Amino acid sequence: MSKKLAIIATKGTLDWAYPPYILASTAAALGYDVQVFFTFYGLQLVRKDLSALKVSPLGNPGMPMKMPFGPKWFRAINWNIPNIIQANIPGFETLATALMKQTIKNNGVASIAELREMCQEADVKFLACQMTVELFGFEHSDFIDGLEFVGAATFFDFAGESDICLYI
Amino acid sequence: MNFDKELDARGLNCPLPILRTKKSLAELTAGQVLKVIATDPGSVKDMQAFAKQTGNELLSSAEAGGEFMFFMKKK
Repeated sequence: MSKKLAIIATKGTLDWAYPPYILASTAAALGYDVQVFFTFYGLQLVRKDLSALKVSPLGNPGMPMKMPFGPKWFRAINWNIPNIIQANIPGFETLATALMKQTIKNNGVASIAELREMCQEADVKFLACQMTVELFGFEHSDFIDGLEFVGAATFFDFAGESDICLYI
Repeated sequence: MNFDKELDARGLNCPLPILRTKKSLAELTAGQVLKVIATDPGSVKDMQAFAKQTGNELLSSAEAGGEFMFFMKKK
C-alpha cells in the first residue's frame, strides 16, 4: 500500500503557495497518496483566478529584496526599504509581486498554476473547507473543478491514516 | 550508454526535474532507459532519492561542465 501525505494549506500569498504544491506534487511523483485541505487564506490557492496571490515584503524581514534584472552587481544589492516607506507607497505589493514573479521565472521555478496542474494530473486530491468558503463569501464557482467542499471531519478520515501530516 | 528516451530538464529548478522524470518514465515500458540532463545541482541527490523510493534504477549519474546526466531504468 502506498504511503499517505496529508497537508493543511492555510496561507494565501504567492510565497506560501509554493510549499504545499511543491510537496504535494513531489510526493505524488514518489508514489504517495496525497490530499490537501485548503482552509482560511489557503482557499486563494484553489481559486480559478490566481491573481490575488501576492507577496509582501512589508513586515517580512526574512525576504531578500533583489532586482531580477540588470548587471550582476546591481542584482546583488539587497534593497533595505524601511517598513514605514513600504507601507506608504501605493502599489508596493504589486510591484514586489511582479519582481518576484520575474525572479521565479529567471530561476526556472514553476508557476503556481503549473504546479497545481501537475498535482491534479498526479491525482492529488483537493479538499476545501466549506465553512471558510462561506465565511469569506466565496461561491463554489470561484474554484477550480475537482475540488470537494467538506468539513474538518472528512479531512481527518484521511489524515488520521497518513504517514506524514503537514500544517502549512 | 543506450537509452530509449531523452529528457532535457536544463534550466528547470526543484521540483520540476523530478516531476518531468516521473512523467517521462510513465511513457516507457519496464526495463527501458531514460536519459535526463539537468542543471539543478539539487537534482543529484534528488534523483538518487527518487530511485530509492520508486524502485526505478539509477544506472549512472555524472557531471560535466555544470550539467548533470542521469540514466534511469524503469521498474
